[in-house]
Amino acid sequence: MNLEFDIVSGDFSMAGRASSQIKKVLKQLQVEPKVIKRIVVAIYEAEVNVVAHSLGGKLTALFDEKGIEIELKDNGPGIADIDLAMQTGYSTASKQVRNMGFGAGMGLPNIKKNTDELAIKSKVGVGTTLTFRNYF
Amino acid sequence: MRKVEKYHAIKVDTEKCMGCTHCMKACPTEAIRIKGGVAAINANRCVDCGNCLRACPVNAFYVNHDTLEQLNNFKYRVALFPSVMIGQFPDIYSEGMIYEALMKLGFTHIFEVEQPISLLIDSITENVNSAKNKPAISSFCPAIVRLIQSRYPSLVDNIVPVKAPHDLAACYALDILSKKGAARDEIGIFYVSPCSAKMAAVKNPVGEAESIVDGLINMTDLYNLIMGVISKEEKQDTSSLRKNLTHDGIVWSLPRGEARHFKRKSMAVDGIHNVVKILERMENGEVPELDFLELKSCHQGCSGGILLTGNRFLTVERLQKRSKRYAIASQNEVSDFICRGIKDKLRAAPIQPNYVFALDTDRVKALEKLQKVDRILCQLPGIDCGSCGAPNCHALAEDMVQGDAKMTDCIFLQNRYLNENKITVAKATRNLEKAWGKKRFDADCNKKGGRNEGF
Repeated sequence: MNLEFDIVSGDFSMAGRASSQIKKVLKQLQVEPKVIKRIVVAIYEAEVNVVAHSLGGKLTALFDEKGIEIELKDNGPGIADIDLAMQTGYSTASKQVRNMGFGAGMGLPNIKKNTDELAIKSKVGVGTTLTFRNYF
Repeated sequence: MRKVEKYHAIKVDTEKCMGCTHCMKACPTEAIRIKGGVAAINANRCVDCGNCLRACPVNAFYVNHDTLEQLNNFKYRVALFPSVMIGQFPDIYSEGMIYEALMKLGFTHIFEVEQPISLLIDSITENVNSAKNKPAISSFCPAIVRLIQSRYPSLVDNIVPVKAPHDLAACYALDILSKKGAARDEIGIFYVSPCSAKMAAVKNPVGEAESIVDGLINMTDLYNLIMGVISKEEKQDTSSLRKNLTHDGIVWSLPRGEARHFKRKSMAVDGIHNVVKILERMENGEVPELDFLELKSCHQGCSGGILLTGNRFLTVERLQKRSKRYAIASQNEVSDFICRGIKDKLRAAPIQPNYVFALDTDRVKALEKLQKVDRILCQLPGIDCGSCGAPNCHALAEDMVQGDAKMTDCIFLQNRYLNENKITVAKATRNLEKAWGKKRFDADCNKKGGRNEGF
């Protein structure tokens, strides 16, 4: 079972659509509420990341009986220094984005905190692929 | 999933129900289906919010309640009612006149349930200050508590485990009367309910063996009875019966009535569809840090209660005006009239989640069903017309995987099958009759519904 969502760059009003849909499915699978909460927070952060920093991308959610795997693939610009991006408080967000209440440098660290497995691959000029997995 | 049907207050009068789709579309938990031409409520999903009563064009929904005839069984007859009841009357009737009318109807004691509100404020404040899960969510509105149990199980631990004002008021009334020497079986406590949700909560309180009240009165009924006997001048002074009433008590059930005690670190949301939107966001961690969240199922709080007669905005207006004549709660001494041990009685049982939306308790099966729903949705038109008797295509697909519906319940699919000669016209007609009843498709100039229901 999988669900796919297109994420448009700069469309903050739609950030949260994927996490809400996925949440509905998790509830139908009667996943422990605390587990759902972590997954939803991680997905929402990841969605906002793609909206705020990338040129747009796609989110795929894969469900099986043991857990959920989320893949976010964007179309660039890519992250130059992943270790730096993972640091709490580090952000490259524009002033405009920060004024909207995003871009505090909490995104990736918060995703890491709320997921069981996390992998990030990025190439400047090509794009970033973020994959994470949570167990039910 | 629980198989035991839980108690809920709203019932369908199948004689009056004409089988339209208004209620089905208005239900926030998709608890209604149309079967055999009438609405059927899934008791496990129903939160008794009353949106179906509001949406119904023929008044086919009702709530079980008691009549005033039962007053005769008791020597002491206590009317417990929330302050909003006063607000629904036209301004020409003073609160004194309304109290006198209640006496005329046979009540010996009258209590507005919000009298001991300062105790409740203290108790909620204590809970909020020590809450592990913020924001603490008010437990005041029973429809909201049930909504959270079923749709937002991750938030049940945020609900403040404090009882409702009527529990306190009932305890208070019993205490006063027993001090005067009345035996419990001589006292009849009648709660006047502003809505179906409170009806259900009073009749079947969570975690308790039996209800504290002896009778439930529908506020619409009582309004009509009062209007029948009310006099336009006050003959006696009933103000002593209201000496413990406060400003805070009167506005408690209005929007921000509870939240105002938590100042800026609080938020109040009214209207169940608005509440759904906020709870969704809260689950996503998108709501700012708050201490207290007040959620009320009806617009304008209890002033919009479905068993109230007046216009909700006029009711709010009258109550706000009225509240200004009363002292604020902290200045009011309550300790001398409150029965001992009430502090313990204030604590409600912890609230458990109720996973009614899960497709199956077995996750592998649930996942299979989910995939099946997905496949079925490819076939359905996505119009959400409701002609199948389910509120939307997705709900129909879910009903199908649970074995409660068939592909041919969809009139569009049925048309396709007819074109493909997969079913006969007779079979298709029978299918439609299953949802909508026989003779529903004949011309009938006197049929109920379908007229003047737009603007």
